[in-house]
Amino acid sequence: MHDINFEPKIVAFLCNWCSYAGADLAGVSRIQYSPNIRIIRVPCSGRINPFYVIKTLQSGVDGVLVSGCHPGDCHYISGNLFARRKFTLLKNFLEYIGIEPQRVQFAWVSASEGGRFAQIIEKIVSEIRNIGPNKKLVKY
Amino acid sequence: MREIEVKIRDTIKQLFYERKIDIFIGYNKGSLPLRSTPCFVTELSDIENLIWNSYCYTNLAVYLPRFFPSQSKGKAFPRVGILAKGCDARSLVGLIKEKQVPRENIYILGVICDGIIDLEKIQDTDIVDSKERNDKIIITYKNGKEAEIKKGDLLTDACVNCHYTTPTLYDTLIIGKENQKLKTKKQVPVIDQFENKSIQERWEYFQEQMSKCIRCYACRQACPNCYCKECFAEQTKPKWIGNTNNISDIMFYQIGRIFHQAGRCVDCGACVRACPMGIDLRIFTYKLVKDTKEFFGYEAGLTIEELPPLATFKLEDQQEFITEP
Repeated sequence: MHDINFEPKIVAFLCNWCSYAGADLAGVSRIQYSPNIRIIRVPCSGRINPFYVIKTLQSGVDGVLVSGCHPGDCHYISGNLFARRKFTLLKNFLEYIGIEPQRVQFAWVSASEGGRFAQIIEKIVSEIRNIGPNKKLVKY
Repeated sequence: MREIEVKIRDTIKQLFYERKIDIFIGYNKGSLPLRSTPCFVTELSDIENLIWNSYCYTNLAVYLPRFFPSQSKGKAFPRVGILAKGCDARSLVGLIKEKQVPRENIYILGVICDGIIDLEKIQDTDIVDSKERNDKIIITYKNGKEAEIKKGDLLTDACVNCHYTTPTLYDTLIIGKENQKLKTKKQVPVIDQFENKSIQERWEYFQEQMSKCIRCYACRQACPNCYCKECFAEQTKPKWIGNTNNISDIMFYQIGRIFHQAGRCVDCGACVRACPMGIDLRIFTYKLVKDTKEFFGYEAGLTIEELPPLATFKLEDQQEFITEP
């Protein structure tokens, strides 16, 4: 069993227009959720190079979340639609080579979904608490 | 002298007489038995040395991008002829689609291929000579003994799985007595067994294979799709990976290179053949080929007009992988 004091560290890449605003709304509304995420704001989920996800795992974090606008609502019209294709392949490939699927997750969160953002974070944090710290791909 | 080799040489001679090409890329006999080497023919006298047999394993498309540099400083591009088997032609389609090679400057001599011999499957020390007769390979050993093996048992894994034996793009198709009746093979499941293993088993296999890697980059040099002037592995701004033998760096390099082939890999097997450490690369590269077909309905190397799958999108793309609360 994992160390009872294990607190996962999760990096969240949030798109500026929807997901980051959604996270901000959760904060303004004083919604409590697990403080395990470190947020990196990007202009659009389509900006995420799959290498960012892999490099983040290499640096030792226990999980990565990438979140963008709902399909059809992208501020840049189609950035998240290209990202969806990239992430389909990335997620399946990482799971195929043996990285637990709970470590790298993707979500669509809009700017008005503060409560939903908190729920997604809680879900991800509890899943990663169950599977334990990340030892694969970490560079020692 | 095999009829198909005669036909190839005659066609090339005709191309030179008609001044349709400045240089032709083909295969020469290698300096060791069971080997071939690529050759670049500019003189008519060199045409006699060109061969075509089951040892022509190099993917010749890898040599094309360097003839067409983006900064040509006003010099006109050469006209290059190339001998293309099925997988080479598919690589060429990919290169033309990505604008690395202009279609009007290349002349593709397509050849219907029934497979390349996997040298790992022949115990090739002590072999002095080999011949092909119909669908059998006759090997002569140093002690004078001969062995006759069915070619179908010696094919590379990529060739066993190939169902585009006829090039998908060509200017002239060479059909000789030897390859007239080649049938397209049915698909052989490649990675289903691996997918059914547990996550821990898959990770251990991945780690075991990757720990053999010595970062020689032979896979990258042999792959026609790896034409980047500066590879991500050697970039310093940003520095993605170190140049070390640290297993984490090796895994990042391999994941990165394989992922850069997403939607582009034609499964020619050049990387597997080039690897000096015998890493089982195909089990990982084929996963992306399979996923691209399954999710986006796209196979690399069939037509020039089709957009690459990651350069386009459909509103109804599947999104089962998205996390919902």
